[in-house]
Amino acid sequence: MTYQMTFRGAAVPAEPGQSVGAALVAAGILDWRTTRVGGRPRGMFCGIGVCFDCLITVDGVPNRRACLVPARDGMTLGDDAGDTVGREDGDAGHV
Amino acid sequence: MTADLVVVGAGVVGAACAYFASLAGLRVVVVERGALAGGTSSAGEGNLLVSDKEEGPELDLALYSQRIWREDLGPHAGLWEFESKGGLVVAASDEGLASLRELSVHQRRCGVEVRDVARDELRDHEPHLSPGLAGGAFYPQDAQVQPMLVVAHLLRLAREAGARVRTRTEVTGFLRDGDRVTGVRTTGGDIPAGAVLNAAGTWAGGVADLARVHVPVLPRRGFILVTEPLPARTIRHKVYAAEYVGDVASSDAALQTSPVVEGTGAGTILIGSSRERVGFDRTVSAKAVGTLAAKAIALFPMLREVRAMRTYLGFRPYCPDHLPVIGPDPRAPGLWHACGHEGAGIGLSAGTGRLIAQALAGDEPDLDLTPFAPDRFPVAEEALR
Amino acid sequence: MPDTYDVAVVGAGPAGLAAAVESAAAGLGVVLIDAAGQPGGQYWRHYDENHARPDDRRGHHGLRTFTRLRERLDVLIGAGRIRYLPGHQVWLITRGEGGEFTLRLTPTTSPATDGTDGLSRAETARALILCPGGYDRQLPVPGWDLPGVMAAGGAQALLKGHRTLAGRRAVVAGTGPFLLPVATGLARAGAGVAAVVEANGTLGWLRDPVGTMSVPGKGVEALQYAALMARHRVPYRRGTVIREILGEGRVEAVRIARVDRADGRLAGPEEEIAADLVALGWGFTPSLELPLMLGAQTRRDVDGSLVVVVDDLQRSTVGGVYVAGEATGVGGAALAVAEGRLSAVALAVALRRAPESSREAVTAVIRRLRGEIRRGRRFAAAMHRAYPVPVAWTRWLTGSTLVCRCEEVSYGDLVRACRDLGAQDARTLKMLARPGMGWCQGRVCGFATAEIAACLNRRETTAEDLRPLSTRSLAVPVTLGELAALADDAPGG
Ligand SMILES: Cc1cc2nc3c(=O)[nH]c(=O)nc-3n(C[C@H](O)[C@H](O)[C@H](O)COP(=O)(O)OP(=O)(O)OC[C@H]3O[C@@H](n4cnc5c(N)ncnc54)[C@H](O)[C@@H]3O)c2cc1C
Ligand SMILES: Cc1cc2nc3c(=O)[nH]c(=O)nc-3n(C[C@H](O)[C@H](O)[C@H](O)COP(=O)(O)OP(=O)(O)OC[C@H]3O[C@@H](n4cnc5c(N)ncnc54)[C@H](O)[C@@H]3O)c2cc1C
Ligand code: FES
Repeated sequence: MTYQMTFRGAAVPAEPGQSVGAALVAAGILDWRTTRVGGRPRGMFCGIGVCFDCLITVDGVPNRRACLVPARDGMTLGDDAGDTVGREDGDAGHV
Repeated sequence: MTADLVVVGAGVVGAACAYFASLAGLRVVVVERGALAGGTSSAGEGNLLVSDKEEGPELDLALYSQRIWREDLGPHAGLWEFESKGGLVVAASDEGLASLRELSVHQRRCGVEVRDVARDELRDHEPHLSPGLAGGAFYPQDAQVQPMLVVAHLLRLAREAGARVRTRTEVTGFLRDGDRVTGVRTTGGDIPAGAVLNAAGTWAGGVADLARVHVPVLPRRGFILVTEPLPARTIRHKVYAAEYVGDVASSDAALQTSPVVEGTGAGTILIGSSRERVGFDRTVSAKAVGTLAAKAIALFPMLREVRAMRTYLGFRPYCPDHLPVIGPDPRAPGLWHACGHEGAGIGLSAGTGRLIAQALAGDEPDLDLTPFAPDRFPVAEEALR
Repeated sequence: MPDTYDVAVVGAGPAGLAAAVESAAAGLGVVLIDAAGQPGGQYWRHYDENHARPDDRRGHHGLRTFTRLRERLDVLIGAGRIRYLPGHQVWLITRGEGGEFTLRLTPTTSPATDGTDGLSRAETARALILCPGGYDRQLPVPGWDLPGVMAAGGAQALLKGHRTLAGRRAVVAGTGPFLLPVATGLARAGAGVAAVVEANGTLGWLRDPVGTMSVPGKGVEALQYAALMARHRVPYRRGTVIREILGEGRVEAVRIARVDRADGRLAGPEEEIAADLVALGWGFTPSLELPLMLGAQTRRDVDGSLVVVVDDLQRSTVGGVYVAGEATGVGGAALAVAEGRLSAVALAVALRRAPESSREAVTAVIRRLRGEIRRGRRFAAAMHRAYPVPVAWTRWLTGSTLVCRCEEVSYGDLVRACRDLGAQDARTLKMLARPGMGWCQGRVCGFATAEIAACLNRRETTAEDLRPLSTRSLAVPVTLGELAALADDAPGG
């Protein structure tokens, strides 16, 4: 079976056993957050849980390492602001 | 190399003294055994507080320093991220609130601005505060700087005014002419000087020993927690619990933790700080950091799910009477001290530097230095060491 | 109060697996803690076993050793002689009055998605064998924060651990023999590999008599990679580096240039190569937060990375703390296994668990392992000398090149902190300009920042430059809620 997740409203499939980050990359999605200062796009970098570049909101919980979180059927990835730094206000950490 | 003034220690106090002395026209050499801001000045927070001080000489110095930060140093404020964000002191109980109100009556008399904050106004100031608090007081004068940038820029400005800064050079002794101090011996050679200022922070007692005078400065350890970056203005002011004032003034050796929670320009929240007297022990205390976290959550329940990225610790330089040592040492003419500022050295540095420069230049200092006299400690207390 | 184990082994890579299995075999009570969900570490990374496919194991080296260790691990777990805690990161280790170690654990993917409560827990042990391994070492280059740029090991981890190809047209760049398995792995999985861009010269270590003689099998392995490179027609560009990574919002191309052989200064004409994946690696650098937290002495290794000082029984300078694998010096999986074994045997002897009757056998084992480790170290040193970080690498940087990815600190920021503000070392640089203050706490930018601090002050990098960026008071971020729990159960200290 293939899992189905959603990222910013779009469907993203995942193989059971894949990480959230791997599934996004496999779907051609290379970035899923922007940086606090420069607003630069970021996605997967170290791939092994060391660099924290791949932080993502999973089912509403912010700042999880996409390279480590196992994909599950029905997961919602990313938040509405599209910025994993954001917790509640709209200005979500863009300084 | 000769100098009018050798400053021992490139912490925030030494840097401020070097800056003001250089502006006053003295030829200054700063001697630092490690790196600039390598001591306690890079191991604390950057609060410039009046709110936590009771009536007395320290509050006078804090208010004077406020003026120096805002006026004399005002043009440079942007260099060190000066932010006049204000402090919110909150009380959990009605008794706590009552003593907070009483404190503020005295503080107002001394020139501190305080606004009473009622229970239901607290969340207008800080939306994430716990709903269960009794009330608080807002201190608009409380401000914040980035201390390492203060040190680096004050020393840069001092250099531009002619000062020299020698890092990785340790003061190992004094040049003497009878009782008179006429310079320092260092690992990089002797430096004759008209005056020597001991600004060695927590280690100032050791430097004083080298001159055979006694100044009782001791370490008081503090931990700080640093969280993940949060959206700007999640926590807007410096927020702490009223019990903090009691802890600051306490002489108890046991662990005291009062949460002091504040946001920084980088988005992280700093949670400081514990106070305990354990010598120079650098091991992480699970109890101290755990208690800090627990009390911060009690103030801001949303912090429970926020992650801490690191902790760090420092050793506040404190004297038995909790006042700094500022001024010339009559026991060793030519030797001056500016040390022992405990948990307020960042804030008090500006005033200290200005006063030291005035006194060195032979002018009447703006504040009376008598309460800070180096030889004020009773002999019995010295023997306790 | 949890049981006190004889030993807590941290890390279930080659070193930690060997250490745990050998400790248990010697009769010690073992708890084995690993951040990953299944054993193997970086070298033996493989797809989630619950959803395995036969071809998942393609391209895996040294699987026989792994399979053997794995079988012994399963048996020992089954017999209750190893408590195995996968999916947990150790975030704090403290020492009690009696000298026992308390390790605080947090679920790796906390808050847990697997139905567990996701809370911290603690384990205590009389001794530690730390086998935390390492990660790709990085040097900043203009454009390296573009999506589509990954650590070489990361691109490989996606492939081995997640069956995911990170791009269609890859450039693998940096230095060292590890670039070859990454490139051939990508090629075999169907990516076009436009080039392997290797800063240093030829496969020089193959001709290094000390190196090849030390570990003969390695020569064969390298020749196999060379053959694979040829089969997949992967161009191997030696003495070449990436100047800049280009793209709008994601990687589109790299600009490469030849470098001077002596010091790595840019020397040659530039050339552009189209790519949608750039995999970067400059060797590996160890995870040192746990040993440093305990006060273990460290030194700068031949390759320039900070490593833990150990004696010839894998003992660190802290009593009761053994360290094995990459943390004692980057040297590959076989060496890591030997070190893990030796640390376990040595610990068992120290705790007098080795039976008197077998003393001679134990002495022989120790002697054999020591020999193996010596040869492995010699080989690693030869390798490090053949693939150094080019001396002049900081000259490739421009003022706007990002050095610290987390805090977005540029090379220009660092230059200003040194030139204008007088930062003379890495710690001061960190204080004044914030590199290393971000989420990763300097794991990615630490090595580069230390080198930049030294270089801007015109001196050699020292261990003192590296240490402040390798020290982390919390090994991983934990919630304040987890920290708060310490207030209750911590006895005084
Ligand atoms: C946890 C914590 C939180 C704090 N929070 C605040 C706050 O919010 N606001 C505030 O105002 N204050 C705060 N403080 C206090 C403040 O950090 C100190 O009072 C202040 O930094 C002291 O500055 P200093 O220049 O006297 O000492 P230091 O910064 O320690 O400088 C002394 C220097 O002297 C050098 N030295 C010592 N011996 C020799 C020698 N023989 N030769 C040459 N050099 C020598 C040392 O290397 C050192 O660099 C905090 C302190 C801690 C620990
Ligand atoms: C991404 C990557 C890919 C690699 N691929 C190859 C390859 O294909 N071929 C090759 O020859 N070499 C490869 N290497 C090098 C390889 O890592 C080493 O040769 C070998 O794995 C070292 O073994 P080790 O046991 O020392 O460490 P590792 O294999 O790195 O194992 C260390 C383990 O400790 C765990 N750990 C670390 N800190 C903690 C903590 N605080 N709490 C709990 N657990 C912790 C880690 O998660 C990891 O599982 C790779 C390295 C990396 C980083
Ligand atoms: S890259 Fe500098 S802290 Fe992460």
